[in-house]
Amino acid sequence: MKKIIKNPLALAGLIIILLIAILALFASYLSPYDPNYIDIQSILVSPNKQHIMGTDALGRDVFSRMLHGAQISLLVGIVAVGISTLIGIVLGSIAGFYRGITDTLIMRLVDVMLSIPSFFLILAVIAFLTPSIWNIMIVIGLTSWMGVTRLVRAEFLSLKERDFILAAETIGASDLRIILTHLLPNSLGPIIVSTVLGVASAVLIESGLSFLGLGVQAPTASWGNILTDGKEYIQFAWWLSLFPGLAILITVLGYNLLGEGLRDNFDQNT
Amino acid sequence: MLKYLLKRILWMIPMLIGISLISFFIMHLAPGDITSNESAFNPKASEESRQKLREMYNLDKPILVQYGLWLKRIAKLDFGNSFASHQRPVLWQEKDKNGNIKPGLIQKALPITLLINLLTIFLIFSISIVLGTIAAIRKNKIPDRLITLFVFVGFAIPGFWLALLLMYSLGVSNQILPISGLHSIGYEQMSPITQFIDMLKHLILPVFISCLSGLAGISLYVRNGMIEILNQDFIKTARAKGLYEKKVIFVHTLKNALLPLITILGLSIPGLIGGSVIAESIFAIPGMGKLFYDAVLMRDFPVVMGILTIGSILTLLGNLIADLAYAWADPRIRRGLSK
Amino acid sequence: MRLILTSLFFICLFGCNKSQTEDVINFDEEASQESGGTLTNAMIGEPNNLIAMIAGDGASSAIAGQIFNSLLKYDENLEFEGDLAKSWEVSEDYKTIKFNLKTQKKWSDDQPITCKDVLFTWKAVTHPDTRTPYGSDYQLVSSAECINDYQFIAKYNEPYAPALETWASLHILPEHLLKDEDINNTFFSLNPVGSNYFALDSWVTGQQLKLKANPNAIHGKPLIENKVSRIIPDLSSQFMELIAGNIDLMSINPIQYSRVFPNRSELNNKINLYKEMGNGYTYFGFNLNKKPFDDINIRKAISYAIDRQEIIDGVLLGLGEEITSPYKPGTYWENKNIKKLSFNPQKAKELLEKSGYHLNNNIYEKDGIPLSFEILTNQNKQREMTAVLIQRRLQDIGIDVSIRVIEWASFVNRFIKTGEFQAVVLGWSLSLDPDQYSIWHSSQQGPGQFNFIGYSNKTVDDLLEKGRRELNKEKRKAIYDEFSSILYEDQPIVYLYAGYGLSAIHKKIKGVKKLSPPAGIYHNDYEWFVPTKFRRNEMSL
Repeated sequence: MKKIIKNPLALAGLIIILLIAILALFASYLSPYDPNYIDIQSILVSPNKQHIMGTDALGRDVFSRMLHGAQISLLVGIVAVGISTLIGIVLGSIAGFYRGITDTLIMRLVDVMLSIPSFFLILAVIAFLTPSIWNIMIVIGLTSWMGVTRLVRAEFLSLKERDFILAAETIGASDLRIILTHLLPNSLGPIIVSTVLGVASAVLIESGLSFLGLGVQAPTASWGNILTDGKEYIQFAWWLSLFPGLAILITVLGYNLLGEGLRDNFDQNT
Repeated sequence: MLKYLLKRILWMIPMLIGISLISFFIMHLAPGDITSNESAFNPKASEESRQKLREMYNLDKPILVQYGLWLKRIAKLDFGNSFASHQRPVLWQEKDKNGNIKPGLIQKALPITLLINLLTIFLIFSISIVLGTIAAIRKNKIPDRLITLFVFVGFAIPGFWLALLLMYSLGVSNQILPISGLHSIGYEQMSPITQFIDMLKHLILPVFISCLSGLAGISLYVRNGMIEILNQDFIKTARAKGLYEKKVIFVHTLKNALLPLITILGLSIPGLIGGSVIAESIFAIPGMGKLFYDAVLMRDFPVVMGILTIGSILTLLGNLIADLAYAWADPRIRRGLSK
Repeated sequence: MRLILTSLFFICLFGCNKSQTEDVINFDEEASQESGGTLTNAMIGEPNNLIAMIAGDGASSAIAGQIFNSLLKYDENLEFEGDLAKSWEVSEDYKTIKFNLKTQKKWSDDQPITCKDVLFTWKAVTHPDTRTPYGSDYQLVSSAECINDYQFIAKYNEPYAPALETWASLHILPEHLLKDEDINNTFFSLNPVGSNYFALDSWVTGQQLKLKANPNAIHGKPLIENKVSRIIPDLSSQFMELIAGNIDLMSINPIQYSRVFPNRSELNNKINLYKEMGNGYTYFGFNLNKKPFDDINIRKAISYAIDRQEIIDGVLLGLGEEITSPYKPGTYWENKNIKKLSFNPQKAKELLEKSGYHLNNNIYEKDGIPLSFEILTNQNKQREMTAVLIQRRLQDIGIDVSIRVIEWASFVNRFIKTGEFQAVVLGWSLSLDPDQYSIWHSSQQGPGQFNFIGYSNKTVDDLLEKGRRELNKEKRKAIYDEFSSILYEDQPIVYLYAGYGLSAIHKKIKGVKKLSPPAGIYHNDYEWFVPTKFRRNEMSL
């Protein structure tokens, strides 16, 4: 932790993440308006005292939508990464611990998944499941676990050669126990790093999906769909794309800076 | 080593079948087929005629039968023709009896995407090596921090937003660069040199946008690799021997730090043929991304399967090359590679 | 340094919007007609196939329509006039139509156009092996023959009123080039030979199509020499190309029309805006096979609860009209005598209560079941916004509504074909012929057919059948007036709006009519021209 504080970029990342998390958490209290309140008398009003970020094409307050959008975007990011990390840890542990044919099968599955474009998987699954916030999280999660699997496996492979694991094996500790008490805790660093970086990617994926019309559905606000709505008016209603664009930029940057800071930190420890 | 190689190559066959089977089923998971698109809500188009189309394309058969038919064709390297009404060949041009040539879909889209991706990868690697090296030498000092910040901003900025901003400021407000497309009007009448310059001008923005998001990964990889090696004994020895600092960095460190990049390069091979739908739509570039996306939306199965098959062959080859390079280079790279 | 540059650049993005490279040219100057010049437009997709009967996509029809002629076409007031036909006669019993073709006309490859070509086209569109979705209209022709080179006769077993319309939408193809070809898969579809104003000059896959004036054009050569259609999938990019002056015309959206242009004098100096009635309407449809939408009071209540003017103002910024019949406002078939249901939430509540609903926790319910349903729509920004506005209004009176937006192919196959939906926001086109059989006749409810909302009304069925057999215009009008009144009374769908078609056309294009005729702004585009002084120096681009 001390090292994070010493690294100004990582510290900035941490502060950004915390700030945005607080904004998202208290969105309902901070929003001056109902994010879905339509006012067709004030369509596309530029930022002013009443609407500090202006209004959108249906006269909804952009600031309130941005706050609620933060909730959705972060939720999508965190849940999706939660799912992918969980799958990655389980499969990576099995592959790295048992080696042999299990390892081969899992790693070939990783290869298979990597060779099918994730957008295609997402499109097909969303078409099948019909889009909802939860389905989008699940889909992003189910299509991005391969990196974590490789990572956990690689960590296990190098850890398994270490003396303390060999010692644990000789005293007859159960496989599960070795994995849970020795291997996983010692691979935690890289996993945390990849999780933090994963949230950043998921937020970006959500905005890309929104561009293609596959993201979070109306009228729910997410940064991705506010930005996509705004792109039509980029030369005219600049506020509609500037704020969500910057919000995504800052958030993704925050997670990346923190992730990279953590990586540096763990690298120095090992 | 040879045995390992052989094993890996043999593994590719069941994997390809696996990938194609999974893709085939996923594709059919999404409801609809080619007939449900353009004419689905045209009151002049009757359901009987759509049913007729479905029979012509074997879409009325069970999925497994359809897969079998597809596999049989693909085994003969026949990628078939698109279901779209132009019926163009998926892969390569075909000649009709009068010698007219119908160009293949992938044949037309791939060179464009390849050109953009090769330019992008070349730029990403060269810029990243420079940035990464500077960052490593000035580790934790201001240049390092600035570079880190810059590459992350590049990664974090939503590409389509930046693209539209750049198009507006450089193409509309100040007409320095073309906005979209690959060629200007009147391209055919230009001299080869002006044609080349014209095309380059059209590629600046798309390549810039796709470079930006890729810089972070590679430059930090170079930076971390350099730092790791700079801390190692033989560099320390070299320094102790009083070798001139720059020489140490360039000859010893860089060489060692760049070896693992070959692995990354191998992993980029499948990415070479994949274009970004979003960038291609915005910049009106007829590349692989848009081709694939449209095919998925249209449920143009032969095109979807054709692109996926070629993509997966390249991915598997790329993985193989990466793994070989991985084994051949430094075993310590593992951790970095997994990112 | 880079960072500083980047941030400087960002400041500049929003700060300095001045340096227009274009000098102030007065594009308003009048000019006398001259031929030559190039017109550039943009399409979002590439045409699939320039044989329109096979293609079925919008881009293909748009290009093919400039290359091919039909037997008949619509004049600027939407009346029939001869295209390839010089005149036509419908027999007393309405069962035979005789077309007299124009003589001495040639394909762009100099071969003569004769009745053989017409007969060939009819045979092709009705042939069982032809992969066309449009065959059924022409299969109603029991026999077709050529009396001589310039007389074509089509016989029907039953009178078929929309027959003339079908002959106005079938592009006649050259027999001499296609007789030995497989029409489904022929090079001709990429390199057609036609008879209309333009002929294909070059086609760069995925990038652009270039048409050039056809010297043999049956109505005479157009003034514009070249037409370039660029393929630009993203509408934001298209709009930038328009204001940068790289494309000469495009259809624009209401925001661009009434918000962007009025504030930008530099745009108004070079671009004219045009507004005309559009070609389609948007509706809110109920699944009549599902409860509670089988109850007319519920449908009417919902109709009263929806503020249509608000939708027009909110979604279209006022650039649209309310309709009461499925016909284009201002045309002959529009039923002007229908009294509109106006926005009246109070009345809506009364109707709900009349059907046995009562409020519980601000939501109406009956027998413990709350009145709640889901509106489906496809990925279309305007429809999505419409659904959001409807949702708000229905929630106001106590109906719980959710919205689901779905990708087109899934939408059609998973929900529409299976009937697994409750309500939809969708659109139909405003057809030029009043026949609405395929949408409203009770027999058209099978999977994939168009009466998917499940409307069935004996009187309407009779009227639709009668209308198809009646060719007398006044009598037809009476039939369809009655049809549209009953339809409005039943409210199986709530008509929401018919949006205006909005076009932006560069001022250097002269000859565009200020007041667009009923047939639309593009109707006289063969008379458009670009004065030499305004022509783009193509090499310097």
